[in-house]
Amino acid sequence: MNSREKILERIQKNQPPSSALPELKNEPSESSQSIQKFVRSLGNIGGTSIDAMSWNEIDSHLRERFPQSTRRVSLIPQLRSSHENGDLEKDPRMLENVTVSILAGHFAVAENGAVWITEENMGDRVLPFICEHLVLVVHASKVCESMQDAYELLGSSNHSFGTFIAGPSKTADIEQSLVLGAHGPKTLTVFLLHA
Amino acid sequence: MAAEKTSGSPTPDHATLAEKFNKDEPRVDWHDETLWFIRKKRDKAAWQIPEWEQLRELASQIKNNVLSNLHSYLLEFEKNARDNGVHIHWASNAEEHNKIVYEIIHSAGIKHVVKSKSMLTEECQLNEYLHSKGIDVIDTDLGERIVQLAGEPPSHIVLPCIHWKKEEIGDLFSLHLGTPEGNNDPQFLTTAARLHLRQHFMTSRLAITGVNFAVAETGEVVVCTNEGNADLGVQLADVHIACMGIEKIIPKRKHLGIFLRLLARSATGQPITTYSSHFRRPREGQVMHIVLVDNGRSDRLASADFRNALKCIRCGACMNTCPVYRRSGGHSYHYAIAGPIGAILAPGLDMKKHADLPFASTLCGSCSHVCPVKIDIHDQLYKWRQVLTQNDHAGPMKKASMQGMAKVLSTPSLYASAGSVFRWLLDNLPFIINNRLNPWYRQREMPEPPAKSFNKWYSENRKKNE
Amino acid sequence: MRVAIFIPCYVDQFYPQVGIATLELLEKYGVTVSYPENQTCCGQPMANAGFEHLAEPCNDLFIKNFSGYDYIVSPSGSCVLHIKDHLHSTSHESDSIKIRQNIFELTEFLTDILKVENVPSKFYHKVGLHQSCHGQRGLRLSQMTELIAPGFSKPEHLLRMVEGLELIQLDRKDECCGFGGTFSVSEEAVAVKMGKDRVADHIQYGAEYITASDMSCLMHLEGILKRQRSSTKVIHIAEILNQGK
Repeated sequence: MNSREKILERIQKNQPPSSALPELKNEPSESSQSIQKFVRSLGNIGGTSIDAMSWNEIDSHLRERFPQSTRRVSLIPQLRSSHENGDLEKDPRMLENVTVSILAGHFAVAENGAVWITEENMGDRVLPFICEHLVLVVHASKVCESMQDAYELLGSSNHSFGTFIAGPSKTADIEQSLVLGAHGPKTLTVFLLHA
Repeated sequence: MAAEKTSGSPTPDHATLAEKFNKDEPRVDWHDETLWFIRKKRDKAAWQIPEWEQLRELASQIKNNVLSNLHSYLLEFEKNARDNGVHIHWASNAEEHNKIVYEIIHSAGIKHVVKSKSMLTEECQLNEYLHSKGIDVIDTDLGERIVQLAGEPPSHIVLPCIHWKKEEIGDLFSLHLGTPEGNNDPQFLTTAARLHLRQHFMTSRLAITGVNFAVAETGEVVVCTNEGNADLGVQLADVHIACMGIEKIIPKRKHLGIFLRLLARSATGQPITTYSSHFRRPREGQVMHIVLVDNGRSDRLASADFRNALKCIRCGACMNTCPVYRRSGGHSYHYAIAGPIGAILAPGLDMKKHADLPFASTLCGSCSHVCPVKIDIHDQLYKWRQVLTQNDHAGPMKKASMQGMAKVLSTPSLYASAGSVFRWLLDNLPFIINNRLNPWYRQREMPEPPAKSFNKWYSENRKKNE
Repeated sequence: MRVAIFIPCYVDQFYPQVGIATLELLEKYGVTVSYPENQTCCGQPMANAGFEHLAEPCNDLFIKNFSGYDYIVSPSGSCVLHIKDHLHSTSHESDSIKIRQNIFELTEFLTDILKVENVPSKFYHKVGLHQSCHGQRGLRLSQMTELIAPGFSKPEHLLRMVEGLELIQLDRKDECCGFGGTFSVSEEAVAVKMGKDRVADHIQYGAEYITASDMSCLMHLEGILKRQRSSTKVIHIAEILNQGK
């Protein structure tokens, strides 16, 4: 018998009598305040949230904030800047010089300021982590209350890779002083698109 | 079982190490205040969730269900992960785990790997093993990197260097990273670490991560970090190895909705970690491995008294609230996992080495009530004490003196005379008891002996009235 | 109702005034109290040290002394909890069940069974209430700060009815004092540090007295206070509630 068989045999022998799974009743929470709650939550964790009424608004913000000299990569067709060249490099290491990534999130979570994004919106899986600044755009109608609601929305999504991103990368390992920008992006901006 | 440290000399017990820790009282105050502050942050975060206690109950029931169906969930997970193109390995114990990980690294021809936080790898002492095989392992979590540079184990499962002051970290970085001497600004030091570790991310082709949750339904594993080090490591690597204890399984993806609401709030008082990444299939061109580790877990599953410890989601809330942990520090527990949960896990792996741990507690019960999955930690501490004495690993009390006490307490006449003898001694020959041999007397006065016991008073004042 | 008092071993030996106060207090509320004279100890010191398996004779003696009463009352949360959780007998199990169901710590007996509406006592002092762990988390004498749930406190409820008593606040309402039975000597350094921190919390808010429903906690804190030559004293809650004629 190999380890797998031995382990499984021991488990089958030792596991206790069956204990039922609880019902997860999820009453979709009151959502009229979700956007405000999301904005507050994101602010509390060091992220910035900006309401935008159009793609143009977002585009102006980005141009102002990120000058042409920085490397800007956008995976959102409406926000591709003219100076971006072609496809992303195959080797993820080549993305080390990306100053700002602009990606579309699927939805946002009010209770904790998180945004769910999967691989198909990332270009390269490393992009949300390797850049210096991360920008996510989420439709304002896609803000849910809690993580339980989030997994209802996620459902049986067939993502190969997905992540909840809540604020910029951070650490408090040095005497509990919060520092933003540990290994990942130093800032996170979420545009809530009301359009 | 667990890989034993071959240092030769026996490990000092918790009481000895804690006494040493307490020699520096201001430092103990600082350590205690820091962790109590985190406990308060947890309280504040939990109070934002009116249904918090219901969430704990749900999480507890889900984990109970997992333990009772672990066999089928593991098979389900294995099948789904394999269908996703992930390689699954099974390790009976720490040595096997270490060998499997090494083999993967070695056959890829790799010598330099990055690792994000994994208590399982600490439990198996993976770093030491890989190091002995000539593999360079870089711990990328900032706290873990700090203790790695210092040559120490982490002292807390979530806050590895909570016992380090920023001045000391500044000195450490000055020595190892070349930062200017005397600079202990957290922002500056973190930036230095970011640059230093970015180099390692860029040059490493293999990333080892832990697993916070493994979803049976989909075969995906979830890794939660604040720094993004797990993600950066994995996304720049050709090979991803995820190491997990077999108890990390949860049945369905939607259960993450419960656990991810509880985990970070319990651990640090944050609503969620910055990144909660779901790894389901490897990136194109990458190979992904998951190593499922037993190391005593399947044995523990048999015990009605102790199996609940397998529900643990490694949040560390029990450590933050424990008044003993806060005043003795993680290293006093001489095990990868310290504090209350460590004290009920460690004796299961090595009863002799860790017999002192269940006695390093006042059984106050605070731990059990902050535990997000309702592990009956303080009850298990009490039960371990019974098991240990029955196996001749008695705590501080000697069997002979306890047998004597049992006789006295079950014989009213003996009890009465023993009591009066003790009181007489205290009254007339206090130096017999009030001396350096009496540990109570080191820092406390003894109670004043009264003229007579309650029993005596009652028989003199009340009995005749009946 | 037939009520018996159980006086913890260390109260019997070192703090008989707590037993006397308990007896007198119950009598003030019209309770006829019996005191089984052959009682000794609940067995907790042995059990917590891992020697539960030696406790059967002690348990049997307890059952022998306390069978046949409607209620058993004790001025000790930890002793009562120990009996409720661990009193068993191979020969007298049905008696032990009855005892476990009917044993009460003093303050919960006053609030839940006697449902007292006043406390004819005066105590013109600033008092700090130490929430002994076993009574609080085990017997639910008061709400623990770990739970996200409404607050309540039976001891506090009673103390607030005492004339002149000023209850002080604390930074850490329910942190353990560090006694823990044999822990107080086997882990002396940590036990004392925990006790010193509790004492400091009370003193910073001006406590003249520290009270609790467990004399074991108070014995430990008193040892520290006296070593510090502090003017703050300890007093069991039974004694406060029993002040006055």
